[in-house]
Amino acid sequence: MAAPMLRGCCLGRCWALACIDSSSRHGRGAATGFTSSGKRGQSFVAQQPLLTAQKSRKGEHKWAAVVGLEIHAQIASNSKLFSGSQVHFAAPPNSLVSFFDASLPGTLPVLNRRCVEAAVMTGLALNCHINKKSLFDRKHYFYADLPAGYQITQQRLPIAVNGSLAYSVCVGKKWRQVITKTVRIKQIQLEQDSGKSLHDELRSQTLIDLNRAGVGLLEVVLEPDMSCGEEAATAVRELQLILQALGTSQANMAEGQLRVDANISVHHPGEPLGVRTEVKNLNSARFLARAIDYEIQRQINELENGCEILNETRSFDYKLGFMPEPNLPPLLLYDTASLPAGADPQQVINIDRIQEQLPELPSETREKLIQQYGILPEHSFALLNEVGLLEFFQNVIKETRAEPKKVTSWVLNIFLGFLKQRNLAVNESPVTPSVLAELLNLLDRKVISSAAAKQVFEELWRSKGKTPSQIVSERKLELMQDEEALERVCHAVMEGHPQVVMDTKRGNPRAINKLIGLVRKVTHNRADPTVIKEILEKQLSS
Amino acid sequence: MLGRTLQEVSAALKQGQITPVELCQKCLSLIKKTKFLNAYITISEEVALKQAEESEKRYKKGHSLGALDGIPVAVKDNFSTSGIETTCASNMLKGYVPPYNATVVQRLLDQGAVLMGKTNLDEFAMGSGSTDGVFGPVKNPWSYSKQYREKRKQKSHGENEDSNWLITGGSSGGSAAAVSAFTCFAALGSDTGGSTRNPAAHCGIVGFKPSYGLVSRHGLIPLVNSMDVPGILTRCVDDAATVLGVLAGHDPKDSTTIQDPGKPFMLSSLTDVSKLCIGIPKEYLVPELSSEVRSFWSKAANLFESEGAKVIEVSLPHTSYSIVCYHVLCTSEVASNMARFDGLEYGHRCDIDVSTEAMYAATRREGFNDVVRGRILAGNFFLLKENYANYFIKAQKVRRLIANDFVNVFNSGVDVLLTPTTLSEAVPYLEFIKEDNRTRSAQDDIFTQAVNMAGLPAVSVPVALSNQGLPVGLQFIGRAFCDQQLLTVAKWFEKQVQFPVIHLQELMDDCSSVFEIEKLASVSLKQ
Repeated sequence: MAAPMLRGCCLGRCWALACIDSSSRHGRGAATGFTSSGKRGQSFVAQQPLLTAQKSRKGEHKWAAVVGLEIHAQIASNSKLFSGSQVHFAAPPNSLVSFFDASLPGTLPVLNRRCVEAAVMTGLALNCHINKKSLFDRKHYFYADLPAGYQITQQRLPIAVNGSLAYSVCVGKKWRQVITKTVRIKQIQLEQDSGKSLHDELRSQTLIDLNRAGVGLLEVVLEPDMSCGEEAATAVRELQLILQALGTSQANMAEGQLRVDANISVHHPGEPLGVRTEVKNLNSARFLARAIDYEIQRQINELENGCEILNETRSFDYKLGFMPEPNLPPLLLYDTASLPAGADPQQVINIDRIQEQLPELPSETREKLIQQYGILPEHSFALLNEVGLLEFFQNVIKETRAEPKKVTSWVLNIFLGFLKQRNLAVNESPVTPSVLAELLNLLDRKVISSAAAKQVFEELWRSKGKTPSQIVSERKLELMQDEEALERVCHAVMEGHPQVVMDTKRGNPRAINKLIGLVRKVTHNRADPTVIKEILEKQLSS
Repeated sequence: MLGRTLQEVSAALKQGQITPVELCQKCLSLIKKTKFLNAYITISEEVALKQAEESEKRYKKGHSLGALDGIPVAVKDNFSTSGIETTCASNMLKGYVPPYNATVVQRLLDQGAVLMGKTNLDEFAMGSGSTDGVFGPVKNPWSYSKQYREKRKQKSHGENEDSNWLITGGSSGGSAAAVSAFTCFAALGSDTGGSTRNPAAHCGIVGFKPSYGLVSRHGLIPLVNSMDVPGILTRCVDDAATVLGVLAGHDPKDSTTIQDPGKPFMLSSLTDVSKLCIGIPKEYLVPELSSEVRSFWSKAANLFESEGAKVIEVSLPHTSYSIVCYHVLCTSEVASNMARFDGLEYGHRCDIDVSTEAMYAATRREGFNDVVRGRILAGNFFLLKENYANYFIKAQKVRRLIANDFVNVFNSGVDVLLTPTTLSEAVPYLEFIKEDNRTRSAQDDIFTQAVNMAGLPAVSVPVALSNQGLPVGLQFIGRAFCDQQLLTVAKWFEKQVQFPVIHLQELMDDCSSVFEIEKLASVSLKQ
């Protein structure tokens, strides 16, 4: 039922396409993009020259930017918000379309309990007030991928309101200082996703895929409490982690499960807010911060040049308003106190029960990591930033005697570095936690040197199935335990490099390092540098 | 046999006086003979015969499904019927064959009912005459009745009889005509502002609008979701109750249906009305009310009083705002509901392919008639951001006041309200079309529409023939979800008034006779 349709309508809304092309090639783009963003994180207002009018005639005037976000998160549920159709990403076009999704006349919406529970859980996790009564509305606009001609949403009375989201920005030298900021959450509403329009320029037609039409969305509205792209991106990243921890959304930006609209304005501090513009369908983390900052700069430039900021309204906004959805009665929720006696548990939702089921949130997890392992705050962020990394880390910890700090360093620097280089996810790594744990044990017992450990790690990556011990013995990477043999090597090296020995004796502090390096080279990195140094010093002074 | 009530013919089927296939064939043949009434848009002959055969097998095995097994029924063409074209009498849906059955249709079929066809209506049920559909107007069977023809002969001579046929009322006129002309024993209509009760009154049959939420709307192509209710048209009140018993109850596909488990509606025969309190709303006595209807109304009130009921005048003070309030709410929902007809997923699509917008516009211009387009236009005006608070919100508030009027009256001890159903008896088509659809709808819905605003059950019961020999109906309005009580009162009243059976001899002179069919039936029974 791919209805071929004519071109020419969807000018302002190519997000169906955008979400496909933006990051499909980089499967894990979302997570990696955010990791780096956290490191750079600085508040523009305080530290970046961007917001200062560089060529302003009134140079003392600084600009402040105000950023608010509307975030659409696809609810992780088996079926759609109002129909029994299944929800899958990348299913064959129009294979997941019920009569209701195709808006066949006479069909009616039936609310999916799972979606309501997901909204309540998300609301609770974001410190929202849960409305015991919420309403559904129709929002009208004509789009080929919106078959009914309206979207069912919650405009008048949404399910959750007045929450907050705390996120942390790392600042200062080496981003060692973590500042926690809070953005207010205006509301969370349940609404339907639209289908997708695929524009075939060549044949000048539009193809419609309704698989996504009617999938449940949580629209999370963040108040304009952010001041730059970095803050917005970090807040979105934190929300993403929370949704994933709750399991209420997979929140994978690459698959369009998390989409962000930003509204942006600039003004002089102390003066009224400026005219805002919207940057829509930011469905890639890489572009989120950049697009917002670009728009901030654009607005500043416009204003500096004496121009006005025009609020270009969305192209699909025909000023056609909302109407109550008459086919859905008010959504009533209960708590234990208000639960009607003898109510069928299948027919009612108890907010208190959902509160009890709330899992550990990312902020709590980080706090625990810091307490339990004594790791740095920024490392706790890094561990949570990559899907599966924390679990990997914890599994390594379980099986190794190495210090948590050592494990952290290996997991975050070497292991993660390898993954990033190869664009792999944690669960795609050929090195399992127990293998890494074994390697770290060898290192800890000083069986191998740190350099040899890195060599083993590289080898593990290439030859799957081998244990670190196997590689160590095959490659003869054990540290030389035979001190006499090492003394002989040191002696031979000194004999062979009288000039360096002379330099050392004359007090050149670097010269001994050269000798150590030479010894290591001869021993194929199998000698412990500290031991080498001891021997050399002994021999030099004798 | 065809003139019997549903209950009577059901008994005849059980006793083997006639088989479901014979009954089905008789109805089919009468449908064909009365084709000029234009009551049906689609005759589902093959499906009907197949269903009748299935039913016959069940009867032979002695496991018939119940009162509806083998009973020919008709369904208004705005209910989805799986595999059977469903047009809403609109170009927009010509050729549209739904892949699913409306819940009410499914429930009828599950009980063994035999679907004869889909009945005519005003396009998308927007009208009060059944004159504004793309398949042409429905003719009132009473135009051809002996009762009416005799009166006309006395009054006027030499007029062209054919051009003076009467409208059925609407918008469920096809269903009303189908039941009235004996082509089926019960029919589904829909009722948003009176669309079931109005044609029932004009066609001399019972038209019942259940409480909102009692019967599923799933599969009913909507006019105004918050007011639409599937309606039941039958020849007597008991039959309406029988059908209601099958249709009523929670439907998981319609979230506005009540959760209480449905129970069969068996009407007791009321013998004593002395404990009843009948309310007569004074605002319903309007100048436009014909003196004849007015006199039947007052006779009916007297009847209750003389039998010991308490009859009191009551006030529904916001009645006069009902029409304009309905206009705003109805057109707004229409604008919203009709948005889906864009030519993409189903239904009509124009040939224009300059752009998507041009395609939308031409598709909708070609697909909808002026009435539908006019309501969409008005509705979109009311839904505009700048107008919403001034019109839609205000209309909703007025709606609440109108609903509260009823609540107050019923709280004061009134059991049932008694009102006219229509201003007058059916008028000739030529008379009717002198006014536009909007004016007509506004006038004709005056007694019926407030009930939809309040979601109450109401039933039109035929009372008597007018001087012209045409049926007049009166309406009973009950408390929400007290449908059974309402029908019990209506049944008592029905028994008192003994409304005459339609004599369709003249109709049959044109096309062969019901009585011939009756004779054939008795012949076949003897064999």
